[in-house]
Amino acid sequence: MTTTLDPIELPEIDFDHAPSREGNREIQFREALREAMSEEMRRDKRVFLMGEEVAEYNGAYKVSQGMLDEFGAERIIDTPISENGFAGLGAAAAMYGLRPIIEFMSWSFSLVAADQILNNVPKMLYMSGGQWGCPIVFRGNDGAGGQLGSTHSWCVEGLYSNVPGVKIVIPSNPYDAKGLLKTAIRDDDPVFFLESERMLGDKAHVPEEEYYIPFGKARLVREGDACTLVSFGRPVHFCVQAAGRLAEEGIEVDVLDMRTIRPLDIDSVIESVKKTNRIVVVDQCWPFASVASEVITQVIERAFDWLDHQPLRVNTEDVPTPYAKNLEAAYQPNPDRIVAAVKKAVEA
Amino acid sequence: MSQATTSEPAAGKRPSDGLSDETLLKWLYDMQLIREFETRTMQAYQQAKIGGFCHIYSGQEACAVGTIGSVEHDDPVVTAYRDHGHALARGMDPKACMAEMFGKITGCAKGKGGSMHMFDKPNHLYGGHGIVGAQTPLGAGLAFATKYEREVLKTTDKKRVCLCYLGDGALNQGAFHEAQNLAGLFSLPVIYIVENNGYSMGTSIARGTTMPDQLTLKAKGYGIEGLEIDGMSVLDVYDKFKPFADACRDEQRPGFVDLKTYRYQGHSMSDPQKYRTKDEVEEFKNRDSIANLVDHLMNKRECLSEDEWTEMQKEIRERVKEAVKFAEESDAPGVEEELYSDVMVNPSKNMSPIGKYIEGAKNPLL
Repeated sequence: MTTTLDPIELPEIDFDHAPSREGNREIQFREALREAMSEEMRRDKRVFLMGEEVAEYNGAYKVSQGMLDEFGAERIIDTPISENGFAGLGAAAAMYGLRPIIEFMSWSFSLVAADQILNNVPKMLYMSGGQWGCPIVFRGNDGAGGQLGSTHSWCVEGLYSNVPGVKIVIPSNPYDAKGLLKTAIRDDDPVFFLESERMLGDKAHVPEEEYYIPFGKARLVREGDACTLVSFGRPVHFCVQAAGRLAEEGIEVDVLDMRTIRPLDIDSVIESVKKTNRIVVVDQCWPFASVASEVITQVIERAFDWLDHQPLRVNTEDVPTPYAKNLEAAYQPNPDRIVAAVKKAVEA
Repeated sequence: MSQATTSEPAAGKRPSDGLSDETLLKWLYDMQLIREFETRTMQAYQQAKIGGFCHIYSGQEACAVGTIGSVEHDDPVVTAYRDHGHALARGMDPKACMAEMFGKITGCAKGKGGSMHMFDKPNHLYGGHGIVGAQTPLGAGLAFATKYEREVLKTTDKKRVCLCYLGDGALNQGAFHEAQNLAGLFSLPVIYIVENNGYSMGTSIARGTTMPDQLTLKAKGYGIEGLEIDGMSVLDVYDKFKPFADACRDEQRPGFVDLKTYRYQGHSMSDPQKYRTKDEVEEFKNRDSIANLVDHLMNKRECLSEDEWTEMQKEIRERVKEAVKFAEESDAPGVEEELYSDVMVNPSKNMSPIGKYIEGAKNPLL
């Protein structure tokens, strides 16, 4: 037990229960997130949501719309613009035994809370010699694409995944978002949950029944034997588009949606590489010391002899995020760049 | 542990008049224990048995003992990096505290935290935090959690109050201002206790913060009631702090205390102390909190004799010596068992490319 309050009895999670992704209950990504939080809050009073504009404004991006009405101001809590303050508040509430969900309007703003989320939260268990953990979820928008310029377009997964002690989740679609967020809220370790403002309106079938998605299990979105395309978060969609175009030219690729960065399902990546002998990693972070760098390093460490071409990566360009629409489009990973990379790997 | 046992004080008397002799003698014991412990800590540091940064509490004993003695044992306490005094006042075994600094498996954090990171769950001490001001949002969070426990979970009727200590240097840290605003806004039962020893490292308070003589005005700016207390007398600390803490608890609201004290040693063990005079140090040593209390107990309460005091000091000396011996003789944490444990509560597959996270051995305090 790594909190002050005794743990409470909750029904055990059945990860094997995976309802169909096919169906006609189409809801938005933001609604899937809301369902995940609301279901867990109904079950467990220790869970609360705190952040800027989450309550009376109904969520800056309407993720928490209606939650104030259902759960009241004691559990859906508006904060002033004090990320460092409320991130730390949440950290200690988690040590005590509550289950905070702390919303960052944007992960870009989490940088002012760096001391709490990087120095306190992931290290609490270690530096207390196993006495206190931090079962907390930080969630919010991550990534560029909305012409928000340099300061508001952070992809924090590259930076934050360097720190041991946290789990990092980055869903690409509503179905996964719900199942992964429910797992995050139930997890005893801290979780950084990265959403994308560009995807909050995406619609897909999300089952009404409850389900949880285990961390560290990539999803094979599309199958092929010419190359392994690895991605996570929003760029998964670019990979799927690129794969469609490549298929028209007779090049079939595996597309792996990693879904979580820590843990990283490297086993599925290796399995695919042993089939395709080629890998392209698509990552919306900058290239230097990025998640793509890590995936490629692990592939080289574990499957070097299986590679017929050097691993390639498609990252954002290594410059601050530009504002102009055309510059931002060129800056981000996009289907054109992905197609080019795969062709390079396949045709060389 | 050193909470007070009291009888009702008669009208017109100070709250501390209602404290039992037994309580005051225990406080004297705790204060002397801290003093002796820190003396041995310095020796061990000079012998390179303790590494890293090490901040000595000597001179400030009345602060931790008097304030912790004014609250319940299960009220949460969180502090900064000058934390040995709080750990001992809270009831941590000196052996676990010393062993932690020696980097041994028997330490309170199995040797993974060190001098600045003293955690003691059974005694409700939530650290020991190394970054200036980083503990102040945590204090707000602990207060929030206790309030949530009572008002939302409804699993307890108990009103609690959290003590969050900081040095005067942390007054100027952004985290503290955010924390105070949140505490004021949400009416959180946390008391920010500024152990104002006049210096943040080598910078005197007048060179670091505005209105250094009216710190409570800063708290007032966040709607938080403030109080100045002379931290060199444990009785004065109790007289003023106890009713203040009771009010914050009853009304479930925050408080701020400018607890004026002095550290006899440098900021850390590597401080040449060129920023202050020997006379200044002597001036405070002449008002020493332990000598003060001994005088009170011998001459006013008449519950302590010279012989008993000598005996108490001897007993403490032996106890601390034993702690040092224990620390010295304890094993270092095993690399295979401890380097990779306590990273995750549930170490799962593929969390790290090193693939070695494991469950930790049970903490010696649990």
